[in-house]
Amino acid sequence: MTETRDGAPAFDTDGPAAPPRSNGELVFEAPWEARAFGLTLALVEAGAFEHDEFREQLIAEIGAWEAEHGTDGPYRYYERWLAALERVLDAKGLSSPEQLAAVERDLAARPAGHDHRHD
Amino acid sequence: MSDPALRLEALEALLRERGLVSDEAIEAVIQHYEHDVGPLNGARVVARAWTDPAYRERLLEDGTAAIAELGFGGPQGEHMVVVANEPGVQNVVVCTLCSCYPWPVLGLPPAWYKSPEYRSRVVREPRQVLEELGLSLAPDVEIRVWDSSAEVRYLVLPERPEGTGALDPETLAALVTRDAMIGVARVEPPK
Repeated sequence: MTETRDGAPAFDTDGPAAPPRSNGELVFEAPWEARAFGLTLALVEAGAFEHDEFREQLIAEIGAWEAEHGTDGPYRYYERWLAALERVLDAKGLSSPEQLAAVERDLAARPAGHDHRHD
Repeated sequence: MSDPALRLEALEALLRERGLVSDEAIEAVIQHYEHDVGPLNGARVVARAWTDPAYRERLLEDGTAAIAELGFGGPQGEHMVVVANEPGVQNVVVCTLCSCYPWPVLGLPPAWYKSPEYRSRVVREPRQVLEELGLSLAPDVEIRVWDSSAEVRYLVLPERPEGTGALDPETLAALVTRDAMIGVARVEPPK
């Protein structure tokens, strides 16, 4: 059996990626994943880009990752999602990698113990 | 990739500053998909099809329109095709390229549906994958694998379990699981 992430077997019946037998399941594995999903759809609703444009980029990101890692690497779906979102925003001129890196540096430089929303 | 939580926070900050998106809009989307849409919608569609032959016919003829009759629609549900299981035929849904899934009737897809392993293996060796997921099929059962795409989202109409003839649609809907509507499980009769 191959592994998906964090060492959990793909069809492990207990792990976070387990196929449950009922309807209940956590949709997101971390708060940032929910935010990434919400941000993307909110941008689509606001007309920043079309859902299909995002989907095409998501397919490209997933395909590139699998070409490099095969189908049993430490796959994290929402990391591919975030990469696709960054590419689409860059292509639309709404956010470049350089601008994003600058903001990220500022946020990372905040003192420890600041009011951090995630985790 | 750097810490994705930090990266995402930076992206949000940048886009908010540019007035492209608001915190409220992001939260509204999350709330909607965590609480308002989910497999119960699809279960109601299935239960209606089990109890109303004319509806079943409409559902198989034009999934999008029949599902809209029950008030369900929206993103990723614009082109719905419903495929019916029958004795000797098991339908199963995948998206080989990414994660296409009928949000209005099933909510967001589970992690295993998006995994590279499921997406590649269910096409190559569906019988084995279904077995691993807990669905054993007789060798003579035909498995039809449907690959979702930008054009089409599939929903499996499972077989109604034996001995449920007296149950009303609402009780029937409670028996229908998300996995049965993806096609990787049976609907079990009430205990």
